[in-house]
Amino acid sequence: MQTYETILSLVIELVKPLAPPGREVREDTDLVSDLEFDSLRVMNLVEQVEDRFDVSVPLNILPDIRTVRDFTVQLQRIIGGN
Amino acid sequence: MAIFDKFQQLAATRRALAENGIQSINVVMDRMVSATEAIVNGRSLILAGTNNYLGLTFNPECIEAACDAVRTLGTGTTGSRVANGSYSAHVQLEHDLAEFFGRRRVIVFSTGYVANLGMLSTLAGPGDVFVIDGDCHASIYDGCRLSGAEIIRFRHNDPADLDKRLRRLGGRIENTLIVVEGIYSMFGDRAPLAEIAAVKRRHSGAFLVVDEAHSLGVLGTHGRGMAEEAGVERDVDFVIGTFSKSLGAIGGYCASDHPELDLIRYASRPYIFTASSSPSIIASTRKALGILSSQPHLRRRLWDNAHRLYTRLRDLGYHLGPEPSPIIAVRFDQREHAFTRWSGLIERGVYVNLVLPPATPDGSSLLRCSVSAGHTPEQIDTIGNAFADL
Repeated sequence: MQTYETILSLVIELVKPLAPPGREVREDTDLVSDLEFDSLRVMNLVEQVEDRFDVSVPLNILPDIRTVRDFTVQLQRIIGGN
Repeated sequence: MAIFDKFQQLAATRRALAENGIQSINVVMDRMVSATEAIVNGRSLILAGTNNYLGLTFNPECIEAACDAVRTLGTGTTGSRVANGSYSAHVQLEHDLAEFFGRRRVIVFSTGYVANLGMLSTLAGPGDVFVIDGDCHASIYDGCRLSGAEIIRFRHNDPADLDKRLRRLGGRIENTLIVVEGIYSMFGDRAPLAEIAAVKRRHSGAFLVVDEAHSLGVLGTHGRGMAEEAGVERDVDFVIGTFSKSLGAIGGYCASDHPELDLIRYASRPYIFTASSSPSIIASTRKALGILSSQPHLRRRLWDNAHRLYTRLRDLGYHLGPEPSPIIAVRFDQREHAFTRWSGLIERGVYVNLVLPPATPDGSSLLRCSVSAGHTPEQIDTIGNAFADL
């Protein structure tokens, strides 16, 4: 089982290339208001995360994800479930 | 966030369109001249942005059937299919479609959107899983959402990605529905349905739903769509489609061999709580289905036109969808480039659909052209000339 910290660090690593240049990505970074993610960019991130962790992320959880922390928490749940 | 704040981005896009003189979402057809021509703001336009694939909207037999139905059955049913809105013509159309598809059962819905909403929201529920192609139509997403089932998206037209996601589901496979389309509405590309059906067979227990909205009457020797074209009709559990494209009316259907389809009528809220289609619509659709079945030359003419325009636009250097199709998407990275060309086409007497993100799959802006069997070769050349002249 991967720890929250390991998953968080990998999520931040995957978010960074999708963020506007020079924008800091932290645990409490809001994907939409801080990084200006649109639906296309969110789906791009989801696909990368799915490949990296070999999981499928249900679309149903996306409305509950605002921050990098939210995504990490959900991901840990999905990985744990698998 | 205040209640109307969420609309500010839409307001900004609308302002940008207006500043560029674009009225693409407010085009009003003042008069229809034929299946392929209309008068807009006093200007005669060739319609190259419809879904009128077989050009049947002005077919004299369809019009006569619709007029006769209005005279004998009235203008509307004023009720649901499960109340006072099932006329013998609705039932007959279901029989016609069942025979056409070689399926045991068919349900007719009032629109194609409602067909997806009604079927998908009812077929699955909490605890079930939808695995859908990422480029599926909004009605598929909405139907899946309404079901309460888990929704997993696989990469567009990627059977290997679908396979991987089905594998991850393990023991949940018997509660899984795969949903794809025959032809995708934005880029006009076909599903690799033979490969998708093979993946489905490998994961025994999963169900396959194919939305043939844009492929009915367009693909297959008999016009039954992508599943017929790919030779995998037996692998498809539910065929969903619409009357608002090749059949030139409005409405939707689902065909299946599963006996449980009849039970959907009693459980599907979008089916139950919608008035049934007007008798005139049912009558023209029945006639159009007969024409679709008996006049394969319409399909050949459609494809001749599709190849003619696709080749012309490709030779002009436009960035197009991946394959020739009755839907030909001209792609632009900058929406302003799409704006100016859309206006330029109107000035040259050609109407196409302007499609902007997020309605497009990859964030590009599209001039979505569509051709019809009703277009003459001269009209296709006029459309090509207008693009050449931009």
